[in-house]
Amino acid sequence: MNKYKPVIGLEIHVELKTKSKMFCGCPAVFFGKKPNTQTCPVCLGLPGALPVPNRKAIDWTILIGKALNCKINEVSKFDRKHYFYPDLPKGYQISQYDEPIAIDGSLKLKIKNEKLKIEEKTFRITRVHLEEDTGKLLHVGADTLVDFNRSGVPLVEVVTEPDFDNADDVKRFLEELQVIIRYLGVSDADMEKGSMRLEPNISVRKLEVGSWELEERKKPQTSNHKPQTFLPKYKVEVKNINSFRFVKQAIEYEVERQIGILEKGETPMQETRGFDDKKGITYGQRSKEEAHDYRYFPEPDIPPMTFSKKYIEGIEVPELPNQKVERYLKLGLRYSNAFTLTRNKKLNDLFEETTSKIKVQDKIQVTDIANLLINKREFANLSSEELYRKLKELKSPKQFDEKLLDTTINQLIGVNKKAVEDYKKGKENAIMFLVGQVMGEMKGKADAKTVISKLKAQMSNPNLKSKN
Amino acid sequence: MELTSLTLKEALEGLENKKFSSVELVKSHISRIKKFNKKINAFVTICEEEALKQAREADKLIAKKAKNALLGIPIALKDNWVTKGVKSTAASKVLDNYVPQYDATAIVRLKAAGAIIIGKTNLDAWGHGSSGEHSDYGNTLNPWDYSRVTGGSSSGSGAAVSAGMALVGTGTDTGGSIRQPAAFCNVVGLKPTYGRVSRYGIIAMASSTDSIGHLTKTVWDSARVLSVTAGFDPMDATTGKNEVPDYEEILRGKISGLKIGIPKEYFGKGTDEIVADACHKALKVLEDLGCKLVNISLPHTKYAYPVYAVIQTSEVSSNLLRYDGVRYGNERKMFGDEAKRRIMMGTHSLSSGYADKYYHQSLKGRTLIIRDFMEAYKKVDVIACPVWPFLPFKFDERAIDPLKMYLSDVFTAPANVSGNPSLSVPAGFSRDKLPIGIQFMGPNYSEDLLYKVAYAYEQETKWYLEKPKLKE
Repeated sequence: MNKYKPVIGLEIHVELKTKSKMFCGCPAVFFGKKPNTQTCPVCLGLPGALPVPNRKAIDWTILIGKALNCKINEVSKFDRKHYFYPDLPKGYQISQYDEPIAIDGSLKLKIKNEKLKIEEKTFRITRVHLEEDTGKLLHVGADTLVDFNRSGVPLVEVVTEPDFDNADDVKRFLEELQVIIRYLGVSDADMEKGSMRLEPNISVRKLEVGSWELEERKKPQTSNHKPQTFLPKYKVEVKNINSFRFVKQAIEYEVERQIGILEKGETPMQETRGFDDKKGITYGQRSKEEAHDYRYFPEPDIPPMTFSKKYIEGIEVPELPNQKVERYLKLGLRYSNAFTLTRNKKLNDLFEETTSKIKVQDKIQVTDIANLLINKREFANLSSEELYRKLKELKSPKQFDEKLLDTTINQLIGVNKKAVEDYKKGKENAIMFLVGQVMGEMKGKADAKTVISKLKAQMSNPNLKSKN
Repeated sequence: MELTSLTLKEALEGLENKKFSSVELVKSHISRIKKFNKKINAFVTICEEEALKQAREADKLIAKKAKNALLGIPIALKDNWVTKGVKSTAASKVLDNYVPQYDATAIVRLKAAGAIIIGKTNLDAWGHGSSGEHSDYGNTLNPWDYSRVTGGSSSGSGAAVSAGMALVGTGTDTGGSIRQPAAFCNVVGLKPTYGRVSRYGIIAMASSTDSIGHLTKTVWDSARVLSVTAGFDPMDATTGKNEVPDYEEILRGKISGLKIGIPKEYFGKGTDEIVADACHKALKVLEDLGCKLVNISLPHTKYAYPVYAVIQTSEVSSNLLRYDGVRYGNERKMFGDEAKRRIMMGTHSLSSGYADKYYHQSLKGRTLIIRDFMEAYKKVDVIACPVWPFLPFKFDERAIDPLKMYLSDVFTAPANVSGNPSLSVPAGFSRDKLPIGIQFMGPNYSEDLLYKVAYAYEQETKWYLEKPKLKE
């Protein structure tokens, strides 16, 4: 029996794809742009420049908060978070400290447990806040260059409670969050491109024999309660995990490392560690002794924000993937199909659009569309019109060129006189030879039943005899 | 005609009536700068060529009967106003060679109104100071007495307007930095309501109290400039959307019946008798004009300065972080003692474990001070009190004791903490011919009312007609 239980909380950053940056008019989309071509006095932090918040980014943060079942604070504000780094042009980041836009949310996930049974788990969301991204450092030989195109891009931070105890759940949570964000249309949430970044806080708790089970039972399931379980006295934050592939690797490595230290009777150091994706290991970056005092205080350049209930209600959350799954199950889809069809927004849009085209007389079922999309992935690139037509074709008798068929039959009857004779003599099998010939000639583009009936009709045609 | 002794109003009339050209007006001011600036040190940068070029353009427009509010008028900008293509140092060696790539919003508006920038004026570096002694480019001397300070931090603008080197000098007032040099130099200084004039492009000192104003020879002149600079700016989220009234129209209005509050806390121990006397005399003039004088109390006044000091230094420590040595060419060790002192105090006030005791406590104090004023304005229309508790002092007299220097701000900082507007106007002289100022404070966005009271008083007293006798 395992003596240790990992305790993992997540900090996830998502870059919003608003038109302009968080506090200035520069374009927010910077990927692949020439360095320092999308900057202005504000995002360069030049003397005298002032930030003016982007309403769209605020609305989208409220949207994310609502999608994660958070309470939206009616009063919120920005704060300055101070630290020195060459990619931070003002010496502080405009962020949110004690009055974030959204708090106390949760995300429920259906997850396969060890016995491969699907169980529902709830992960609590501590807060969702809005801040600005920093510039980017590029190390070229001995030089370090700064690109400020990214400086000031709106960045949403989602913080969870330490509710995870394994890397698989973390990965599953992240995937769900990514899909939600993409459904909301507020970010590409692409880990490889850095528009979604994960920083897990990992610690490991040593379990006394039997106590874990007791504690687990005490742990309340609602999101509003703090856990009664005790958290370890330290935690390790892991940075630079820039792919889903590495999430599991990094967490599992780190858990093993910490268990190794605990096994020696020591306590792991509270620190920030980086992840080396080539070696698959974490390495020390900054210890607690060097930990920052961010000296937060309310950003005086931006007045506090107030949101009326009506305003918050006006920001509507679309149907989310997990809600879609529930609906699809009611429509008769299998769970795995329903799940698959909600993973990708483009695929889901195609599915939804195609199902909306269903006409009773076409005798097409929602499940037909689902099966086709899942089993034949090449169809996923079709438009909904094309896809629907394809379905109708598959369902209805094959279309063929009737005129061509008639000509072909006439020709073949003329050529295969023996078979015709045999048939006329009562050899029923002889017609099958003719059918084969016709189908071959038609390259399969004919319906066997039609061919037979046409052959029969033709062979009993009295005009045929006269040809002899 | 001595063009440098004209007021802004007289200069505008002269230009309109073709008594002289903008080129002549600019030239006469520049030659005066050249003559006296070596001594007075009001300017850190002079823009002679560009100013003359613009003056020629202005003359063409005047010939076409253009009526821009400040067309052809030479003005001086405090060097913490960011000017496109013109060095902007905030009088700190940290920005010794910094040439900005954009103009502050207020400058854009001044330029659009036809104003001509003849130079950038000296200040206590970053705005840190009440005497002009903290500039990295040397002291500015008081035109009334070269052995004395001009007040600060808008020291150069105060001296420039007083000495006839510019018709308008712009400033920033974070704790008194416009009103103090105005009072010490016998000119009018406006600290507008926080958010009345855009801070965009003004090198930040304390973002929550920085007010962007100007120093002029008369009240009318001040109103004319404010009508150009005031108003909402989409680049500054803290500017108000309140309409900009017709100040020039309003200031001619009657003041009889207005209630003027006299706060006892500003006239007690610590205020020089001669300063208090001058203020009482001014109040008597207003009483004679039909105003009602009302004794009031602002009970939390004694906390205003400490509250200001904590908030201001906290914000200073944050705002100066961007001068990190990576950019702008100079390292942080180039900061002067005063900036270093404020960075240390502010960093301490915001540090975890101390923030509750200092920064957060000060925010609570700020609320009390705002409430004091709000209560007072239920009883009176404006509040009148001294700008400084004492007369212009000699160099080094206070510089050796930073605490004593800081306390110079006791009467000016409260309006910065509350955000209310305040107007400093000349209120006479000491026997040694040292200027004394009185300030009128009012509720937010009551600049029109302050102008009205000050204008009525000015018309009665005309202290602005007194000019310092300059020595080369």
